[in-house]
Amino acid sequence: MPPSPASRCITALAVGEVALIAAIDRAGLAPDTAQRLCELGFDEGVDVEILHRAPFGGDPIAVRVGNMVVALRCDMAALIEVAA
Amino acid sequence: MNAPAPNLARSPVVALVGNPNAGKTSLFNALTGSRQKVGNYPGVTVERKAGRLALPDGRLCDLIDLPGTYSLNPRSPDEAVSRDAIFGRIAGERPLDAIVAVIDATNLRNHLRFVLELKPLGLPLVVALNMVDLAARDGIRIDAARLSALIGLPVVETVAVRKRGLDALGGALAAGIGDAPPPLPVAATGDVKALQKQARQISAAVETSTGAARRWSQRIDRVALHPVAGPLLLAAILFFMFQAVFSWAEAPMGWIEAGIAAVQARLALALPAGVLLSLLNDGVLAGVGAVVVFLPQILILFAFIIALEQSGYMTRAAFLMDRLMARVGLNGRAFIPLLSSFACAIPGIMATRTIDSPRDRLTTILIAPLMTCSARLPVYAVVIGAFIPARAVGPFGLQGLVLFVLYLAGILGALVAAFALRRTVTRGSAPPFLMEMPKYQWPAPRDLALGLYGRATAFLARAGTIILASTIVLWGLASWPQPPADGERPPIEYSLAGKIGAGLEPIFAPIGFNKEIAIALVPGMAAREVAVSALGTVYALNGVDEDHADGLIAQLRAAWPLPTALAFLAWFVFAPQCISTLAITRRETASWRWPIFMFTYLFAAAYVAAGVTHRLALAAGL
Repeated sequence: MPPSPASRCITALAVGEVALIAAIDRAGLAPDTAQRLCELGFDEGVDVEILHRAPFGGDPIAVRVGNMVVALRCDMAALIEVAA
Repeated sequence: MNAPAPNLARSPVVALVGNPNAGKTSLFNALTGSRQKVGNYPGVTVERKAGRLALPDGRLCDLIDLPGTYSLNPRSPDEAVSRDAIFGRIAGERPLDAIVAVIDATNLRNHLRFVLELKPLGLPLVVALNMVDLAARDGIRIDAARLSALIGLPVVETVAVRKRGLDALGGALAAGIGDAPPPLPVAATGDVKALQKQARQISAAVETSTGAARRWSQRIDRVALHPVAGPLLLAAILFFMFQAVFSWAEAPMGWIEAGIAAVQARLALALPAGVLLSLLNDGVLAGVGAVVVFLPQILILFAFIIALEQSGYMTRAAFLMDRLMARVGLNGRAFIPLLSSFACAIPGIMATRTIDSPRDRLTTILIAPLMTCSARLPVYAVVIGAFIPARAVGPFGLQGLVLFVLYLAGILGALVAAFALRRTVTRGSAPPFLMEMPKYQWPAPRDLALGLYGRATAFLARAGTIILASTIVLWGLASWPQPPADGERPPIEYSLAGKIGAGLEPIFAPIGFNKEIAIALVPGMAAREVAVSALGTVYALNGVDEDHADGLIAQLRAAWPLPTALAFLAWFVFAPQCISTLAITRRETASWRWPIFMFTYLFAAAYVAAGVTHRLALAAGL
């Protein structure tokens, strides 16, 4: 799905900036990975926030999703869009 | 009570099921204490933990701690075992009579989704709402009665580490388990998204939160995951860990050595000189002693690894190091196992169980022996002491520089090996890196002690039998046939080991190894540092060990040209000689294929490295 002007990629968030998940490009993921992402709480309408970026280049990132903190690499995070 | 008396003869099977980090293992430890059996599920390297639980009505349950899993859709071998156990599909395992779903009160909405997934299976299900104390600390209040009413399941509040709520949990189980086993559950196809939404709605209805959740963890993470402070803290923790491994282990290692020597002296007095005495002293005690002497280091390392895992810091270390590990095709979780292998590959290889991708895990196991373990140090010390002049190179000593180069060569070798393995034998895409970072917790002493006990006995039981058998075989090879009465050469040269070594000489000659080295490599199979005493035996010196190596150093200086010595050092960067590592690899990969592969590739790498070093040294006119 093309990025709509009203949304941007989660990796574009500044550390500490809270946003709501607008869309997840599940087609870009293996089915079991898409499912796991959902099981970890990533879902449309859930609030997320980047807590940390790793040293040596800012990849992976630690994302708070609901009450959970999940580490994921930027290539996967790029498939998650948040409302602007 | 009006209920009919329960059938005391049948012991129901109850499984603890839950997300990773729900406190499942703490609850298991609290419920079963030290009465637990730790083993493996057949054919896979997934730990099986079982214990006994007495219900208030007198029935005795078999309690099983299933591996943590996020759902019934497995993404790793551990999670597949949990699913298969729940559906009663594991050969040799009795089907479940009931499930205790353990959920973390500080993470209700995610963990509740799994409970909703388990509910339609139809098995008696009790929800343990665990860590309610930590939830209260975070300002989270959960109305357990309302939760129970909304999901239609009994809910018991527990604090596993303080043993709170255990009786109520037993009571709820007793009420739920009937006399006849329930029918096997059939696979339900629930929509995760829908369940997730339902879980969010229910938790919003029963939860009141006043205060920032996970405040403490977030505060710690501000330092632990800081781009500059984070790596420094990691380095400091690891530095402390290595200091502890080597300095705390020194005294107990001395006791073990002294103890073995004392037993050997006793036996020498009590038994007539002969085959039996030699078997016990030079075979069993010397061989097993050479391995057991590393037990203090292994235990201290295990204690640190378990504490890092239980505290939640391990995932932070993986987060910090993921970027660097990704360059050779591994992920951040491989970092701590590899680092531990600098002390000893055995705890390192056993710690790879936290790597969820089987390919990444196998790659990590295969390269772990390339980290310069402490058993190589005695070998390096003797050869460097004999051949590398103690002169200064700028501000550094040449001997220290050579040692540094050897460590570096091991690391580079491991990186190259990982890179090559990921493109050949462990080729294929690994599941993407996706890791929950749990809240920080103090490791509970009981959980730490039980974890340490489990890993230590696993090492001694599995490796011990193979080590004992192989040291006896190696002793036999080095002792038979015995030298003739008028033999002038060292006795080992007349033995089978001597014959094998002499037979191997043509193979080793191109890389600069002489017959004596070839012979010493045969008994040196037991452990790398045994090569020192084996060389002593070959050069007919008595009582050579790492503390009494002066005679050997003089002997080697006279007997080896410099290129041979350098080739020998290069050999030991890759040397495959460690029976314990091969035995533990056999256990952790559940097949002979990978230890054989490991031995072969390390042998080839050692051979090439020694050969190249020898040629270069000759060409340089050394």
